[in-house]
Parts: sequence; structure tokens; C-alpha cells
Amino acid sequence: MSELWTEWGDWVVILLRCVFSVAFVMQIVPLLIWGERKGAAYIQDRPGPNRAPIDIPNPLDIPRLLGDVLAARPLVFKPIVSLRAAGLIHTLTDVVKLAFKEDITPDHVEKFYWFIAPVIAMSIALCTFAVVPFGDTFLGHQLKVSDMDGGLLFVLAMTSLGVYGIMLAGWSSNNKFSLLGGLRASAQMVSYELAMGLSAVVVFLSAGSVSLSRIAEVQGQPLSLFGVVEIPALNWNVFSPFGFLAFVLFWVAAFAETNRTPFDLPEGEAELVGGYHTEYSSFRFALFFMAEYANMIVASSVTATLFFGGYNVPLLSPATIREHADLLLGVLGLGAVPAFLTFAVVAWKRQGRPFYSVIPKDDPRQNEPKFFTAVWLGAAGAHGALGVVGFMGGLAALSAWAEMPELGGDLMAVILGITALAVKVLIGCWIMIWVRWTVPRFRYDQLMNLGWKVMLPLALGNVFAAAGWIVLRHELFGPAGGS
Amino acid sequence: MALPKPNKKLTGSESSYLVEVIKGMVITLGHVVKNIFDQDRFRTIEYPDVRKPMTPRYRGAHRLLLRPDGGIKCVACMCCPTVCPARCITIVAGENPNDPAEKFPVSFDIDMLRCIYCGFCVEACPKDAIRMDTKIYEINAYNRQDMVHSKPYMINLMDRLKPEASEAYRADHTTAPAGHTPDEAPVAGGHLG
Repeated sequence: MSELWTEWGDWVVILLRCVFSVAFVMQIVPLLIWGERKGAAYIQDRPGPNRAPIDIPNPLDIPRLLGDVLAARPLVFKPIVSLRAAGLIHTLTDVVKLAFKEDITPDHVEKFYWFIAPVIAMSIALCTFAVVPFGDTFLGHQLKVSDMDGGLLFVLAMTSLGVYGIMLAGWSSNNKFSLLGGLRASAQMVSYELAMGLSAVVVFLSAGSVSLSRIAEVQGQPLSLFGVVEIPALNWNVFSPFGFLAFVLFWVAAFAETNRTPFDLPEGEAELVGGYHTEYSSFRFALFFMAEYANMIVASSVTATLFFGGYNVPLLSPATIREHADLLLGVLGLGAVPAFLTFAVVAWKRQGRPFYSVIPKDDPRQNEPKFFTAVWLGAAGAHGALGVVGFMGGLAALSAWAEMPELGGDLMAVILGITALAVKVLIGCWIMIWVRWTVPRFRYDQLMNLGWKVMLPLALGNVFAAAGWIVLRHELFGPAGGS
Repeated sequence: MALPKPNKKLTGSESSYLVEVIKGMVITLGHVVKNIFDQDRFRTIEYPDVRKPMTPRYRGAHRLLLRPDGGIKCVACMCCPTVCPARCITIVAGENPNDPAEKFPVSFDIDMLRCIYCGFCVEACPKDAIRMDTKIYEINAYNRQDMVHSKPYMINLMDRLKPEASEAYRADHTTAPAGHTPDEAPVAGGHLG
């Protein structure tokens, strides 16, 4: 077992981490589109998307339906449940719609750049995630695609490259509105990149490195409150005064970099039709659309890594996780059971909603609450089983079976690390959505004023103050002082 | 850019903008939380499943009324096409000596694409032969011809609205069935032929 692992394991892990970093971004994108619609609706007191269903056939019908498929007959069946999943299916129908829509190329566009622009937008957004660590190590492997030293510099370089997609799209579309959108995007990027880079300098100074792994690792150390109390694994940059200001500046600049409201002037549908993507339709538009959400995810994950400890779980240092892997699995597994049982009860009670009394009794949507009750009960059962396995020492037994003593601990650390990063990223993305539906768009001169006259001086002053404090602290407390 | 000065002087927290953004975000999050825990707050009507109850004075699609003896009330006096500001009513009058009213509409067409739902035809009618009390607002068709409501279609409109007929109504109310004239058969039957 061990020999086989050493021969092939490296390649498997390298492949897995490449696949993971693309999948991580691409899997959250549909979730975010759903979150955007549902969040907007709930903020505006609407129910939001809730109609597109997936009809699930009765299992007894499946042999007959397979026969129909093979004989190319039309599929006619009475579904047992019509699954709407609170509007999640709408994202799926969107993909189908965009994939099958007519792809129109206007005659007046600059063809080569017009074709390449959405590709640039999407691929740059995906590339940026390559340096974000989603765990410390797994059996000696770095848990990020690329282990480059200039990690954060790569992120800044890539985000400034990302504007080329928008700029080329705006210019090559060859009409005034798109060109204006592209111009706005590039001017906005240039203005906010400075503040973004300068606010990140504070993080370099406190970590002593630009490698995102190192920055995340430093934040996994205990947070010392005036040398009195030590909180484990909570040395997050956002809890230091300079770090907090840097976070606010970085986060505001991230909104501008991802072209999100209140800084979405490149789109500006009120005055610019659709801005840079006016001429795009079908899957090319989908690429721009997905790139926007991929950019949000990347911006959130970089912010989480720089200021919120990245993959670090609060109160549990990586060493603690590895030491008590089985206990943690047991506690978290069984701890999730009551939560899922609550969800099951809530799902069951949805049958009493007025909607279900209005639609006919034999409507397949009537079975939806029962279906979700079953799903949540299944999740509760699975987590309960995992918890029991944890309390019985399952991870230790797995490590012993695979003859790799650190396997169990590393597995737990990776799973918790990815979960922690995902939770932080989702919270960041939700804040972006939340701000979008709260704050109106800036006027162009206000945008430039804020960027050059407020954020840039603040970021510069913050860098000097933080540098001064680090030197002063070194003089006062010696090299091992708290942050 | 020269911009007009705002009338009101901004206070410190307002000019920093960030505080005001957070205040706004607290308001919107309040809506989200309230809506998650009490989804009956939504005023949205789940339209095809739930229909909005219309007020009694709502002017929907026109219907033509019948006398107790089964004949059509309309005497083809041409008041409604005269008063109609959209000129969407076309009546072809005919005579029937067996009918106590003698004059009757051989055809009575309303072009719903032109109708502006002003209700003047109902006001003008001396015989209470036309009403707009059906509350039908789903007036649509796949072609222009079907948007012209004919006499038999408008006579039978209310039958389609009976509760037991509601499914059928939803299925076929958009197109006027050709030659479907059960109610007026005793009056117009012999005469039209």
C-alpha cells in the first residue's frame, strides 16, 4: 500500500489540487447566482425564483422510461416529486438556455479580440485562485496549485490582467456604449489597484512574506490579548488596528476590481445599455457572467486568506486538529445531527404553507416537503454515522491500515480547512451580494474622488503607520512580540 | 466637473459614507431575516396557481346576455359601435319576425386588440345586453383572428367561468370555438340558414 502510494500518490495529489481549485470556483458560481437572485428577492420582500422544477419519475416507471428512451419515444410520466429546491434549478435552466441560444457575431466587431475577450475574462478569474492555499499540507504536499513565493504579487498581477477581458470586449465591440464601458473599467481598475496593493502591504509587513501560504500560516498562531489571554489560531490580521483599516480598504477596492455595485460603472445598464457585454449573447455572455462571479469568489478567498486566516479554523490550530482528529470528527459529526433534524422538521412543516393548500392535491409539488425531509434526515444519519466512527477511533484505524500515521490527522485538517475557507468565501460573497442590493451606484466623479483622494492617502498612511509600529514593537519587545 | 452644492450640510458620519452604508445594510438584512422566518409576509401572488381576486367594478372581457326565453338581449341598435372610441365593435343587424324583439345581431364582433376597456359600450346599451363583469384579464391568442371575440364566444363566456368549468376555461378560453352556438340555437337557428 505504502509503496504504491509513494509512486502514484504525488501525481494524484497534484492532479487533485489542480482539479479542486478549478472546481472550487466553478461549483460556487451557480450557488452565488442563486444567492444573488434569492438575496435580492428577500431584501425586496419578494419570494424570488421558485418555479423551475426537475420532475423526478417514480422509480417503478424507470424501466419503462428507459425503454422509451431507447425507442426514441416521447417521455410521458407522472412525476412523484417536482423538485424546485427553492429556485436552485433556475441556475441549471439558465445554463441550458445560454448554451442553446443563438450565438450572434455582429458584422462590425473586431473579430479576433471580440472572440478572445470572454476567454481572457474567465481564464484569468480561474487562474488567480491558483495561489490561494486551501489547507497547510497533506502528507507533505502543498495544498495549492502553485507554490510560488510571490503569491500575493501574482494575485495583484492577475487581477490587473483581468481588466483586459473587459477592455478588449468594450473596444472590439466597436460601438460607443461598449467602448465607454471598457474605458470606465480600465480607469477604475487603475485607480483602485493602487489602494488595493498598498493595503495588502500591511499584511506583508506583519507576515514578513508575500507568500499566501506563509500569510495564512502566521494567522494560525495564537492571538495574544495584551499578553494576558491567548486565543488559539485567531491571530487574524483583521484583529490588529492597522490590519482592520487595511481590510476595509482592500475590501472596498475588491468591489471596484470585481466591478460589483456600488462600483459597477462598466456595466452601467441605465446609461450604457449593458456596457462591455452589450454585443455578446449565448455562451460568450455566459462566460462574462460567470467571470464576474468567479472574480467575486477569488476576491473573497484572497481577502479571507489575507485578513481572516484563510483555511484556519478559529480556536483550532492545525496541530490541535491533527492531534484530536477522531475526537473532532465525533463531536462535529454528532453535533451536526440536531441541526439537520431541525432542517428536517422545518421542511416537514412547509406542507402547512398556504401555497400547498392552493395547488391541487395530486400536484407533484405537494411531495416536495416530504422529499426534503427525507434529504435532511439522510444527512443527519450520515453525519451521525461519521460521528460514531470518529468516537470509535475510525481515523486512527484508517491511518494504521494505510500504514501512514499522519493520514487521519491530515485528512481531518484538510476537510476542516477547506470547509473553513469555503465558509469564509461564502460569507464574503454574501456581503458583496448584500451590498449590491443595498447601495446605489456611484457617480463617476465620486468614484474617482473616493479612489484617489480618500483611499489612496489612507492606504499610504496605513502602510507608514504599520511599518512604524512594527519597528517600534521590535525595539520595545524584541523580535518575538505579538502583532 | 461643476456640480450643484447639496442643500444640506452632511454630518461627519454621513460624509464618511461607510457608516451610512452599514446602516442601510442593517435595514436590508432585517428584511432578509424577517422574510426567512415568516415567508407569508410576501405579497407576491403565485400567479398561475393563485389568482388575484378582482374588484366587482373591474372591467374584463365583454360578455353578451340572453333573455329568460333564451333569445339574445341585443337588439342591434348600434349604440355601442357608435359610442366606442376605439371603433372595435362590428355589428351586422338582421331581422327575425318570430322573435319579439324582431331586430337582432347576426354577428357581433369585438376586436380585443383595439378595445381600450373604457366600458362605454356597457354604459350606452339600452337593453343591458353587454356587460364587462367577467373579470377575465387573460385575453390572449396565438393570432390576430382569435383576438376578435365573436357573438357565440361572448355569450358562452360565463359558462367557462363556473367553478367546475375552470379547468376547461384555462385550457381553451383564449380561442373562440368556431360554430359553437348552443345557447342561441332556438332564436337564430332557422333564420341564419
